[in-house]
Amino acid sequence: MSITDLIFYFYATTLLLSALGVVTARNPVYSVLLLVLCFFSCAALWLLLEAEFLAIALVLVYVGAVMVLFLFVVMMLDINIEQMRQGFVKYLPVGALVASALAAMMIWVVGPVGPDVLGGESLQQAVRHAADYSNTKELGRTLYTDYVLPFEIAAVILLVAIIAAISLTLRRRPQTKYQTPGKQIKVKRNDRLRIVKMETEAKE
Amino acid sequence: MFTVTLSSYLTLAAILFSISVAGIFLNRKNVVVILMCIELMLLAANINFIAFSHYLNDTAGQVFVFFILTVAASEAAIGLAILVLLFRNRRSVDVEMMSEMKG
Repeated sequence: MSITDLIFYFYATTLLLSALGVVTARNPVYSVLLLVLCFFSCAALWLLLEAEFLAIALVLVYVGAVMVLFLFVVMMLDINIEQMRQGFVKYLPVGALVASALAAMMIWVVGPVGPDVLGGESLQQAVRHAADYSNTKELGRTLYTDYVLPFEIAAVILLVAIIAAISLTLRRRPQTKYQTPGKQIKVKRNDRLRIVKMETEAKE
Repeated sequence: MFTVTLSSYLTLAAILFSISVAGIFLNRKNVVVILMCIELMLLAANINFIAFSHYLNDTAGQVFVFFILTVAASEAAIGLAILVLLFRNRRSVDVEMMSEMKG
């Protein structure tokens, strides 16, 4: 058992325990924070798999943007925890049953026991790259040559998501007062100013 | 037995996926936690993609993870926007209150 194996087991345990915490935490804020821990340990595992660019992207984009958005929304909404916890104990047996059945089936296929679907020895040894191998360069080359059209589509998807999110949450409150610069500029003197002529009154 | 191979990563992803499926069962009233469970499922799929990409020495798997991350980020943004809208109208994030529109 080498040191990389130990690192794998450490981060895999952290990942699974924090994932359990995400689904069982009482307070959604704790769920979000544990999910951040999940993403961190997963990024460490991806570093072990020599996917350096995606590991850093996961930390920067996911933890830095998406999870902060989650945290922002969870803290902004006033969630009634007691009401949300209703049915937790009721659905615990069926949830655990379905999950363990699913896990057992998948592990039986891909895990160390059961049928050998992974083709024996051929897939067991990964190719170790040299120290000057750049994962980012390799990924960029593939992305901008073979996958350039899907890359553009991904950009369009992000644009659609921006427009959808903004148009969903945008609201105009009728009671709020806004400035209209066009109308402000078009104002003439006569619209605002009225000169009142008064007769001088004699003092009695 | 304890040496890390491809099947270790696949087993890890399988357990992670099952935990998030259980999470959807347990937190079926809270939309926020359901969205987080979906993120966990996508993460499990991404672990599979990257593990196969590493052991098959093929960068295409990592490109797919890149696209999954993009789609997951936009899904999270739109989902949270819908959630905020729902909370503004209903004062609650209960899933069961969403079935009121059902004809």
